[in-house]
Amino acid sequence: MEQDVNIKIIDRDGVAHNIVAPTDMAMNLMEVVRSFELAPEGTFGTCGGMAMCASCQCYVISNTVLPEKQDEEEAMLSEAFYVKENSRLGCQIQMTPQMEGLEVELAPES
Amino acid sequence: MIKTDILIIGAGPTGLFTVFEAGLLKLKCHLIDALPQPGGQCSEIYPKKPIYDIPGFPEILADDLTQNLLEQCKQFEPGFTLGERAETIDKQEDGSFIVTTNKGTKHHAPIVAIAGGLGSFEPRKPLIHNIDSFEGKGVEYFIKNPEKYRNKRVVISGGGDSALDWSIFLADIASEVTLIHRRNEFRGALDSVDKVQELKDLGKINLITPAEVTGIVGDRHVKAVVVSQAEHIEREFEVECDHFIPLFGLSPKLGPIANWGLEIEKNAIKVNNALDYQTNIPGIFAIGDINTYPGKLKLILCGFHEATLMCQAAYQILNPGKKYVLKYTTVSGIDGFDGSRKEAPKAVVKAIN
Repeated sequence: MEQDVNIKIIDRDGVAHNIVAPTDMAMNLMEVVRSFELAPEGTFGTCGGMAMCASCQCYVISNTVLPEKQDEEEAMLSEAFYVKENSRLGCQIQMTPQMEGLEVELAPES
Repeated sequence: MIKTDILIIGAGPTGLFTVFEAGLLKLKCHLIDALPQPGGQCSEIYPKKPIYDIPGFPEILADDLTQNLLEQCKQFEPGFTLGERAETIDKQEDGSFIVTTNKGTKHHAPIVAIAGGLGSFEPRKPLIHNIDSFEGKGVEYFIKNPEKYRNKRVVISGGGDSALDWSIFLADIASEVTLIHRRNEFRGALDSVDKVQELKDLGKINLITPAEVTGIVGDRHVKAVVVSQAEHIEREFEVECDHFIPLFGLSPKLGPIANWGLEIEKNAIKVNNALDYQTNIPGIFAIGDINTYPGKLKLILCGFHEATLMCQAAYQILNPGKKYVLKYTTVSGIDGFDGSRKEAPKAVVKAIN
């Protein structure tokens, strides 16, 4: 479908998954990871998408233009572990047509 | 030994509502929870956030839902073992169970209802290579007894509510409080942020930001922490202290329940959803977010439904062969174990002339 985007997600075991994600279902990256079961249930997206647990942290590898970090995401990342320059919370990245070509790696569980 | 009819593991919304439904059937409940307060995720992760899909409540804050559930079940006098994690389960000859917590508290019940949500909340430990060897020797992830810190030098790290609140609280008790955070900004209630600012200005809290604790120094006990600060130029120094308290929130882990011989699938306990939410071990039920079955939805409202059906099954196990007729609370009222009675007011029957 034309509203789908192709994204690449590297799971915590280093395995790359090419995913066709819908953009018409108000899904965010965390939900995409969960719906494709790329991380064990209960270890990813624990708070359900409130930017309150950092379990959906990922590293953005592609230079896709992403929405700016809001205060809540910034604050949560400042308390998370394994944080790098390119860390983002998956739950704060909405699947829109602009996400075509997005490449991310899931941060380790903590 | 604590004795009860239904031992509930997990004091979140599903566990609390179980108390009410069991109470209607004259069954007594006791709850165990690893957190120091009831409410589960609603109190630990998002107390101030609104929930919009609780039937009958267009909008309710998670904390208010917890308070309402406690109020709704209070006449059934639930017992609580809080701040302890259910560790082992031993089936007795008569089919009942003894559940022992990590602190050794024993609970005896014929029925066990696991309403453990995503598991028990464990502290998130910062990535400091030698932190494990100082646990209980000056490194603590929870503050249980603040008196322990009287006249001691304490270093707290973290940037959320608990780091702020405990820094404020300990400022009056400890001889020295140092708060270390990776950023200058803190995420917390505005009052707490202002209060920390005030205490910092008064010299009662020593604030080090943006910085991080990267090591612990000590022999058999914490003597200092290594701090690396990254303002302008990066520098590393030691802060002498007696206690180091990292407060980086909690993350849920299935934990010891995984070793109870229950059938587990995708970090959840498989149950019979066609009947009564019983697990593969008769007498042990799993309800709410912790269970799984085809079509499972992790919603509070689904947990309420599961709790209700589970209590009926528990009643049948405890009262074999007994006839049971469903009664509406509006018709029968509620008789509390505390002697209280709630009932619908009688209609007025009077002639109009």
